[in-house]
Amino acid sequence: MSVLVFTENWDGKFKKVSFELVSYASKIAEMLNTQTVAVSIGDVQDDELNTLGKYGADKIVSVKNDQLNILDNQAYTSVIAQVAEKEEAKVVVIAQNNMGKAIAPRLSVKLKAGLGAGISKLPSSVEPFTIFKKVYSGKAYSNVVIKSDVKILTLAQNSFEFEENQKSATIEEFNATVDAVKTSVSDVQKQTGKLLLNDAEIVVSGGRGMKSADNWGAIEELAEVLGAATACSRPVSDEGWRPHGEHTGQTGKIIAPNLYIAAGISGAIQHLAGISGSKCIVAINTDKDAPIFEAADYGIIGDAMKVLPELIEAVKEIK
Amino acid sequence: MKILVCISNVPDTTTKAKFVNDNTAFDTAGVQWIINPWDELALTRAIELKSDAANSIENITVITVGGKDAEPTIRKALAIGADDAVRIDAEPKDAYFVAAQIAEYIKNNPFDLIFSGIESADHNGSAVGGMVSEFLNIPSVSAVSAASIEGGQVKLTRDIDGGNEQVTPELPVLAIVQKGIAKEPMIAAMRGIMMARKKPLNVVAPIEVEVLTEVVNYEMPQPKPPCKMIEPENVKELVDLLQNEAKVI
Repeated sequence: MSVLVFTENWDGKFKKVSFELVSYASKIAEMLNTQTVAVSIGDVQDDELNTLGKYGADKIVSVKNDQLNILDNQAYTSVIAQVAEKEEAKVVVIAQNNMGKAIAPRLSVKLKAGLGAGISKLPSSVEPFTIFKKVYSGKAYSNVVIKSDVKILTLAQNSFEFEENQKSATIEEFNATVDAVKTSVSDVQKQTGKLLLNDAEIVVSGGRGMKSADNWGAIEELAEVLGAATACSRPVSDEGWRPHGEHTGQTGKIIAPNLYIAAGISGAIQHLAGISGSKCIVAINTDKDAPIFEAADYGIIGDAMKVLPELIEAVKEIK
Repeated sequence: MKILVCISNVPDTTTKAKFVNDNTAFDTAGVQWIINPWDELALTRAIELKSDAANSIENITVITVGGKDAEPTIRKALAIGADDAVRIDAEPKDAYFVAAQIAEYIKNNPFDLIFSGIESADHNGSAVGGMVSEFLNIPSVSAVSAASIEGGQVKLTRDIDGGNEQVTPELPVLAIVQKGIAKEPMIAAMRGIMMARKKPLNVVAPIEVEVLTEVVNYEMPQPKPPCKMIEPENVKELVDLLQNEAKVI
């Protein structure tokens, strides 16, 4: 028996979410009195694989196969299912991100395992196996019992604090059977060196109150001094002031940074649905009745265009 | 080419969530029901693809799992431009149950390109599309932000960390779509609304499916402490609070 966790790497280095997943999985393994097995797909060196031990993995199963260099949902699902069966996994933990959303539902069917999606807390009980999850885009929560023998949980990013310990893990290579893939990939375009919105611990976001695309310099400068990613509200991306990839909200990206700074965003319910998981929200808006202040921890009633330059200077002083 | 769009009947996104029966059921009183926003964008893109004769799309079907109360939403999809509709006559129990029903229908009625939205606005599971594809053992492509057809091949743009890539799948394929797939949801014209009444809406009996998950009850979020207001001239105080009280910078 085991708790299996699917880790993700980026050019051979584990993503931060992988450490969150391993920490989370190891806590469930404690509840079930079993071991934590991490599966890694791709070319990750042993030194890097070993880091998972520090977060609670007892064993690391490393799968290296050239056919897995591109993400084929079917092939990845099949490989993880093979490891899950070999390790007799009772729970499989996966990230609730693009990769996790591609894999977890397929794995649920393949293993006939009930899926608990978008979880941010440990199960309240393992018998019956009861999870707590967001529903109605964060406007409420539900307690859900997973009745199947095997369970799949997807964990919301940045929702679970990871801790280091002194554990060390064993590493095992696994030769997975990979059938011919039915998808091909071309024209890969990616920006490197830019902080990814979903991974950022701090996000600076602008809304219609910024008046025009020309005023985004202040948002970008504040993001730079804070080491933050930039985001925007829906009207801003619809107007074409900013790319769609920056739109946070119910129909855009759902993020949960440690700090979210909303400048000139009124805070429509759909916008709040995308940011309500943030640990701390700062709102800057001219309208004292704007709903963003109900969601915010700290607020300034004022013109973002005037407040931001002062905020940039104040942050520079402490950095 | 035949396209199927999976649609979900969900409360309007501005709805305030309330619960009844000791917090075990969603309070539907006064709720306006809509096509799940991502599914609506998928349908819009399907109609755009069909409007180009070169793509040779013969039919767009929409499918949903739900009771008779879901029919106004299905009619709306027909009014926007779907050719026919299927309603599997069962209350959706969980994502696995819904996906098994849709997959069963597709086994008996094959499609080349199947769209589903990335997430439903009610249970936020991001699960049905991927599950349908695994039941059918066909490829799925997730996080799709653009779809086109070139020479009979489906070309999908998939968002990846920091960018995107082009994916060419074998058919049939299930494309799980997100924002960007269509610019704005298409709005039904009066002629479409009139025609929708005459378009076929087939009601299909469900199959037996084991239910793997069950909602015990719902909870409302804990009320947040009130927002601490800072004067615009005291930006330094904000930075101090973020550093020493919230400890986030």
